Amino acid sequence: MTIHTKTLKQLSQGLQTGEYSSQELTQAYLNRIQQHSTLNSFITVTETQAIAAAKQADALLAAGNAPLLTGIPMAHKDIFCTQGIKTSCGSKMLDNFIAPYNATVVDKFNTAGMISLGKLNMDEFAMGSSNETSFYGSALNPWADSTVPGGSSGGSAAAVAARLIPAATGTDTGGSIRQPAAFCGITGLKPTYGRVSRYGMIAYASSLDQGGPMAQTAEDAALMLQAMAGFDAKDSTSAQQDVPDYSANLNDSLKGLKIGLPKEFFDEGLNSEMATTIETAINEYKKMGAEIVEVSMPHLKLAIPAYYVIAPAECSANLQRMDGVRFGHRCTDPEDLNDLYIRSRGEGFGTEVKRRILVGTYALSAGYYDAYYIKAQKIRRLISEDFAKALETVDVIMGPVTPTPAFGIGEKTADPIEMYLADIYTIAINLAGLPAMSVPAGFIDNKPVGLQIIGNYFAEAKLLNVAHQYQQVTNWHQQTPKGFE
Amino acid sequence: MQWETVIGLEIHAQLSTKTKIFSAASTAYGAEPNTQACAVDLGLPGVLPVLNQEAVRMAVKFGMAIEAEVSDYSVFARKNYFYPDLPKGYQISQMDHPIVGVGHLDIEVNGQTKRIGVTRAHLEEDAGKSLHESFHGSTGVDLNRAGTPLLEIVSEPDMRSAKEAVAYMRKIHELVQYLDISDGNMQEGSFRCDVNISLRPKGQEEFGTRAELKNINSFKFVEKAIFTEVERQKEILEAGGSIVQETRLYDPDKDETRSMRSKEEANDYRYFPDPDLLPVYISPELRAEVKADLPELPEAKKQRFVTDYQLEAEAANNLASSRPLADYFENLVKTSSCEAKICSNWVCVELSGALNKENLTISQSPIDFTRLAQLLQRIADNTISGKIAKQVFEAMWSSTDSADAIIEAQGLKQITDSGAIEAIIDKIITDNPAQVEQYLSGKDKVFGFFVGQTMKASQGKANPAEVNKILQGKLKR
Repeated sequence: MTIHTKTLKQLSQGLQTGEYSSQELTQAYLNRIQQHSTLNSFITVTETQAIAAAKQADALLAAGNAPLLTGIPMAHKDIFCTQGIKTSCGSKMLDNFIAPYNATVVDKFNTAGMISLGKLNMDEFAMGSSNETSFYGSALNPWADSTVPGGSSGGSAAAVAARLIPAATGTDTGGSIRQPAAFCGITGLKPTYGRVSRYGMIAYASSLDQGGPMAQTAEDAALMLQAMAGFDAKDSTSAQQDVPDYSANLNDSLKGLKIGLPKEFFDEGLNSEMATTIETAINEYKKMGAEIVEVSMPHLKLAIPAYYVIAPAECSANLQRMDGVRFGHRCTDPEDLNDLYIRSRGEGFGTEVKRRILVGTYALSAGYYDAYYIKAQKIRRLISEDFAKALETVDVIMGPVTPTPAFGIGEKTADPIEMYLADIYTIAINLAGLPAMSVPAGFIDNKPVGLQIIGNYFAEAKLLNVAHQYQQVTNWHQQTPKGFE
Repeated sequence: MQWETVIGLEIHAQLSTKTKIFSAASTAYGAEPNTQACAVDLGLPGVLPVLNQEAVRMAVKFGMAIEAEVSDYSVFARKNYFYPDLPKGYQISQMDHPIVGVGHLDIEVNGQTKRIGVTRAHLEEDAGKSLHESFHGSTGVDLNRAGTPLLEIVSEPDMRSAKEAVAYMRKIHELVQYLDISDGNMQEGSFRCDVNISLRPKGQEEFGTRAELKNINSFKFVEKAIFTEVERQKEILEAGGSIVQETRLYDPDKDETRSMRSKEEANDYRYFPDPDLLPVYISPELRAEVKADLPELPEAKKQRFVTDYQLEAEAANNLASSRPLADYFENLVKTSSCEAKICSNWVCVELSGALNKENLTISQSPIDFTRLAQLLQRIADNTISGKIAKQVFEAMWSSTDSADAIIEAQGLKQITDSGAIEAIIDKIITDNPAQVEQYLSGKDKVFGFFVGQTMKASQGKANPAEVNKILQGKLKR
């Protein structure tokens, strides 16, 4: 039985019609995870809990009226707190942290009946674009194990691409869903800021973090988002906005759709093969009746510097609770309080996390605050205005997700700035708080390439429609890496 | 040189919400350590704060009561520093956009009214408690208090003496209780203050360098700490030295202040807006609601007591200083048909005296207003004299019996029957011929002797007015 290439939609049909049971399905995926453990996409596999949950799902399915996603396996990025299960956030600091509560997103997937198979690898505290900052070592890209899967949701992307799970959760602060989705050839959606509750999602940069789905298809991403989205009284920044039926408009025609192409997305920084691939994808939309409009994002180039002030500033405060006092790593035999702090944090955090804490602490310091933090916030507003202006005239904005396909392991670790610059096309969207998707759009040297689709606030249904229509006329999303067929 | 003292106060009033400012955990005092700290209070990874709207309402109420600018828009900020009893490594407070802006409060010192400016008042969360004793060289942390809502009220440097500072602190203390936004309990730490003190040569406009005295939780200590600190600064200045800007701690046992940290060692708190919380918008509806809910304030109440009940200013002030006391008084006036002045006297003198003696508040009084009303009623209808009433009051204090029951049981009813009084007087006149002689020969004072004897013989029960009348008739000169 080769069920692992099936989509959520297909799996749901199989379960609801009794073609296979949730226990069979769960076991099949657990076996694949075991079989491909060298991919290092999982930090924790929760086999026992998964089998128990599958049993319950089967009972529910047998009784009829089980929700659509009942019994389908999935896994969470290890940034989401899961009650009674290690929630490491990819860090030595939380290697011993068993969360005593569930994130709202985790509760929601439990309610939807999905079976969590475990916790996925990620860059430490979601700080990284390659998965190489993980305390547990990098997950590998199933398309070429010498390249990175991207980050920070690299484990999620690698596991879905390798068909170890049909779908996963991820989080995106500066591209952490879209970039690994692009590198691994899967479909990823970063929702509008506030669409998905952040409660129980360990904070990196609170004003930018947003959870979202990672799946094979836009259709599946719609089903996942349906389960995740909604106002949460426990998250003051979650939006009190109705959740539409994300599957309802997937088949709407794209005739007359106005697609904006920011000229700044296609300048000299973009790899020429990448540009060609994206242009080919845009041509598909033209064939479907879409209109192309050139737009401009004059402040785009300021996105990276602004992001690398705001995100580190917020993370420097967010990570202060990791102090070795109440949970997490504590150094042995501290001499006094200062020693406890310095050694616990010094030992618990990795280099990239320390770098960002230092940058953020500096940016917030007396005498520098106005020059850095306040200025970065002003840039953030300008960038939002650029998008708002463009979205007055177009329905969606398109462009590449990354300047190049997946880079090699170790290729950019020596120069953090080079790593940061590779996030140029994704970061601005977080600063503006807009929703955006990464959709498989081809290959360069057998490495997947992602097309980015950006929409207006709360226009996730539109993005999914636009992505789904593309997936009706292309089959990039159905490609499975060699060795994982 | 003549020095002028300049004082500004930062008062922390714990707001009396049922739950914490950013979580649903209880704020009740005195629970077992760490039993009232939920995931949010513990600062676990992933948790988020949700603002308690009741705390906002209370802050708005305070703002309105001091006629302050209550901002439409206010922002929570993170104040970053490491300490074991600060779980998140930052305190959620307010910096650039406090909820309450510039306001003022009038104090009275030596019969003079003085207006003290309030710079701002902002909402913030309290930290937990570090327990350094009984952990064998380690420190214990109790996070029950972490996340308790505080209103920090910052004054202008408008006070010029310890007396003014204490008067201001008392006034704020009285006000927050009046508004029912804080229990003001100083032993439990619900009301405490930091005092900023500097000296300057009299006549100089520029402020001197200040020292900040941290966390003082009694009026007495505030007064003593100021005296001590002023002396310390004066000594330094007069010896030609200069004051170091620093944070100091007042030690009441040694009656001295000592340095905690200097300005150079002070933390850079790296304030920035908390991205987990949205800005707070105060709607016109909320304003209207709070305004309608605003009680009559002490000053207005005092004026009304003077006008409506013809009380002396001092008594009116006394009664109006506490809302439960004022309510007690007004209920008493309404229930008994006694004159307001008599009611006021009983509340201010007898009742307050008895309460003070046992360190009780008015709400803990063993005699509620209905019981006291009956007692005063018996004075008004001549059943007992004022003097006997005090005796009855004492009996009521230590029992639950009504005034009537005590009067009945102890046979304290006043003798108003003129025949009975006459009989007593006749006997006294007969028994004391010498005194009769003296009085008749013009010694007016001796009249008092007869009154006294009569009262004594009647065990105080004779109606004094009646006694006077009969005596005057019998001892006609």
